Amino acid sequence: MLKRNKKEEKPRKRPNHEKTITMSNKKNWPLWEVFIRSKAGLSHRHAGSLHAADAEMALEMARDVYTRRNEGVSLWVVESIHITASDPSDKDALFEPANDKIYRHPTFYDLPDEVKHM
Amino acid sequence: MAEKDLEKIFQEKVDQEIKIEPKDWMPDAYRKTLIRQISQHAHSEIVGMLPEANWITRAPSLKRKVALLAKVQDEAGHGLYLYSAAETLGVERDDTIEDLHSGKAKYSSIFNYPTLTWADIGAIGWLVDGAAIMNQVPLCRCSYGPYSRAMIRVCKEESFHQRQGYSIMLAMANGTPEQKRMAQDAINRWWFPALMMFGPHDTESSHSEQSMNWKIKRFSNDELRQRFLDMTVPQCELLGCEVPDPNLKFNEETGHYEMSQLDWDEFWNVVKGNGKCNRQRIRARREAYERGEWVREAAMAYAEKKQKRREATKAS
Repeated sequence: MLKRNKKEEKPRKRPNHEKTITMSNKKNWPLWEVFIRSKAGLSHRHAGSLHAADAEMALEMARDVYTRRNEGVSLWVVESIHITASDPSDKDALFEPANDKIYRHPTFYDLPDEVKHM
Repeated sequence: MAEKDLEKIFQEKVDQEIKIEPKDWMPDAYRKTLIRQISQHAHSEIVGMLPEANWITRAPSLKRKVALLAKVQDEAGHGLYLYSAAETLGVERDDTIEDLHSGKAKYSSIFNYPTLTWADIGAIGWLVDGAAIMNQVPLCRCSYGPYSRAMIRVCKEESFHQRQGYSIMLAMANGTPEQKRMAQDAINRWWFPALMMFGPHDTESSHSEQSMNWKIKRFSNDELRQRFLDMTVPQCELLGCEVPDPNLKFNEETGHYEMSQLDWDEFWNVVKGNGKCNRQRIRARREAYERGEWVREAAMAYAEKKQKRREATKAS
C-alpha cells in the first residue's frame, strides 16, 4: 500500500501562491508550520516550516530543527494547507479603515489636567 | 495593474527597506534569483556536512567529538531552514534536491576539498565558517523576509562554529612540533580556497549589480573578501602560524592588507566539477537520498494507516 491514489493525494503546496514555478508529481511529505512559545507567559510565534509525514513526526522534527538551543517550552505544528492567509493586495481595504478611527485611541480625549491617572 | 506599475511599487518598497513577503508581488527575475541563491545556499550547508563528518569518529577527545557532532547537526538544520525559505517561493523540496543531484544546481566549491587531518577540522571552522559568517551577516538584512529570518537564525548559531574551529587551531598550534606542522599544513591548503568563497572579482561577478539593487546583496565580493582578510591575518599571527602568501603585506596608507592574485583558473575548474572531491560529494548525497527512500515511503504509509484508523474509530 505504498502507492497512493492520485485523487486522494492532498495538495502539498503552500496555498495561495500567486505563481508556482515548477509542478511536481513526486511525493514530498506534507509541509508543516512550526510555532514556538519561548517561555511561559508569551504567545507561540512562527519559527519556520518543515516536512513530516504526520503531526507526531512534525513535532519531533520541530524539536530537532528549531529548538536546539532552548528556544522554547512549547511547540505547535500546523499543516500548512490549513492556514488561510489574507491577500497582500487587500491590505488597504482590510487595514486602512482603522487609520481614521483616531477616537479608538486614548489620546483622542482631552481631559483637564486635574484628572490624574486615567 | 500593469506589470510596469507593480515593478515600480516593488522597487519602492525595497528602497524603503520594507521586506518582501512570499505572497507579495515580485518580478519573476527576483524570484528566480532568490530560488537559485537560497537553494544553492541550502545545498552548501548539506554538502558541507560531508568533509567534517569524515572526522566525527576520529575526533581526538569526547569534548571535541560532541562539539563537532553539534556543529554538523547545526549544518543540517541550516540546510533545512534554507530549503524551507526557498519553498516559500513556490519550489518543491524534491525538485530542489534533484537539481543538486543532477549537477544543475551548484553548492559552495570549498566543500570539494578533502579533509586530510584533524587540523583541517580546525581550519574549516576558523576559515571556512569565518568566511561564511562574513557573507551571511549582511544577508540577515536581505529584502526577502523568509531568507532574512533564516539567516538571522543561522548567524546566531554559526559563531560557535568558528570559535570551536579556532580553539582546535590554538590547541594544535601550541602542541607538539608535529601538531604544529599539521596546523600550518591545514592553513596552507585552506587559506586561498577560503578567500575564494567570496566569489569572483566584482568586475567578473555576473549577478552582483542587480542583486544590489534588489537589496539581496549588500556588499560586493571584493569588499567582503578584504574585510575577511583584514580580520583573519592577525588571528593567524596569534596562532604563531604563517599566512601562506608571499605577497601579503600591510598597507599603512589604506590600513588594509594586500594579497596575491587568487588563482581563478583553479576556482572555475572546481566549480565546473573537477575539484578533488566533486564526484565523491554528489555520490554521497545521492546515496543518502536513495537509501532513505524506503524510510520516507514507510513513514508516509504509516501516517496514512494511523489516519485511517482514527477515522474508523470516529465513525464507529
